[in-house]
Amino acid sequence: MQKETGRVVSQKKIAEDIFDLRIRTSAAKDARPGQFLMVFTGDESRLLGRPISICEADAKKGELRLVYRQMGAGTRALAALAEGGCVELLGPLGNGFPVKDFQDRRVLLIGGGIGIPPLVGAAWQLSRPAFAVGYRSESYLLEDLERIGEVLAATEDGSLGTRGNVIDALLALEAEPKAGGAGWLTRGLCPEVIFACGPMPMLRAVAAYAKERAIPCFVSLEERMACGVGACLGCVTKTKETDGHSHVKNARVCKEGPVFDSREVAL
Amino acid sequence: MVNLAVDFCGVTLKNPVTTASGTFGSGMEYGEFFDLSRLGAVTTKGVANVPWEGNPTPRVAETPSGMLNAIGLQNPGIDVFLERDLPYLAKYDTKVIVNVCGHAEEEYVEVVEKLADEPADLLEINISCPNVKAGGIAFGTDPKAVEAITRAVKAKARQPVIMKLSPNVTDIKETAKAAEAGGADAISLINTLTGMKIDVERRRFLLANRTGGLSGPAIHPIAVRMVYEASHAVGIPVLGMGGVRTAEDAIELMMAGAAVVAVGTANFHDPLAAAKVVDGIREFCVKHEIRDVRDIIGCV
Repeated sequence: MQKETGRVVSQKKIAEDIFDLRIRTSAAKDARPGQFLMVFTGDESRLLGRPISICEADAKKGELRLVYRQMGAGTRALAALAEGGCVELLGPLGNGFPVKDFQDRRVLLIGGGIGIPPLVGAAWQLSRPAFAVGYRSESYLLEDLERIGEVLAATEDGSLGTRGNVIDALLALEAEPKAGGAGWLTRGLCPEVIFACGPMPMLRAVAAYAKERAIPCFVSLEERMACGVGACLGCVTKTKETDGHSHVKNARVCKEGPVFDSREVAL
Repeated sequence: MVNLAVDFCGVTLKNPVTTASGTFGSGMEYGEFFDLSRLGAVTTKGVANVPWEGNPTPRVAETPSGMLNAIGLQNPGIDVFLERDLPYLAKYDTKVIVNVCGHAEEEYVEVVEKLADEPADLLEINISCPNVKAGGIAFGTDPKAVEAITRAVKAKARQPVIMKLSPNVTDIKETAKAAEAGGADAISLINTLTGMKIDVERRRFLLANRTGGLSGPAIHPIAVRMVYEASHAVGIPVLGMGGVRTAEDAIELMMAGAAVVAVGTANFHDPLAAAKVVDGIREFCVKHEIRDVRDIIGCV
């Protein structure tokens, strides 16, 4: 692997501050769901890459799709790129979701906001995926999700689905399953495993939800990174046991993660 | 044919480029990107007598042409380092500079003693970490303390000792001279400059540690000035670092007086940064008909 220059195939704004970027890059051929890229902004005064999760990878076309939120100057520069533009990137990095281990299981993919994109790529590799997603207000990627599996949605303002968060939506469904529902989730079956990505309060709630029901749960974590390859120890997360690499109760989000078994990390 | 080899306190480095401690782990991660034998030396992340947890996150924040870090010297401890990290580096045809950290004199000495019969070519003693309260910078800013810790380490060290100095002082010449007086074989500088960043939207410190060490091209002119001052104040060789991104940056530090140069934060921008600096120095020498890279050391 080397740092390389990707070529922008297309970029469009799909919601307020949310951009859908497709890049042609050789990084597409080895990418696994849940991995990420370090994306550099082209401005030498911004040294560090921005860790952005891979939404979907098309190995045949050699294309990666990134859906990201414009947060600051770096992602603003990225958002300004048009078709044909160049973007320096390093990846794919990190471990990704354990899709192979749960291919034929009922996998519930829980996403919050900008945590939703990596679930898309993961779901394509599962035979029985269902989604529970939460937004503040404006939704995005819903059509993509609905193409893959059933979708339970929640919004903070109640403009779509259950008013509240994803856990509220799941509890409401548990209390009142729909016999004629579109899939196993809406019919009231319990998931066999959960994959989740989203803000930390959501991940904590999801981990607790999974623990109460004794469902294995894998969470994708976000942390400020510098190197993205495991050298700087900037992006660690607290672990419950001593980590095999660090020999302290810290694991590198960029290397051992970003996906962790929720029982193994202190969220 | 250009000679890139330099002698650094009795150890011959095939070229004058190493990595800055803390930016390169023990080489394993970057060994996946290029052959570490291309470097004159690899400088490892600081290792203590026992494992250190380091600071809470966030530990890093980007700043204009640089970054702040407050890792807090997380490390697996000397025993794991000797068992796993050092044997990995020993496979490469490069010199190994082991960076040693501690909270107190005995801790430094314990690590140095354990390294006595190990394949470490040089020791770099970190007395200047801005992110560790006891030890670290506490030693590095007081000339008397610098001299005392240098003496204690030198009494036990089997390898040449490089004292890593802090730039967070009024006069770098004083601590440089103190290290020399304590018997140091070389000095390295600069460590990071203490900085702070505030998230104005949330009215909070960006780093959990509040302060962090500033590194990257932003600090390079300070490094050049301090390397110049320190190298003229002492008779021992200088390992220069601070914001080196390109071969030109490295050459600048060498012209200021550094015999060896370390590439640090630039590794995060490009995993090949250090190897590219080696290539760039060679190209510079060819272009300027410099037959021996040693001719540019302190030439300004």
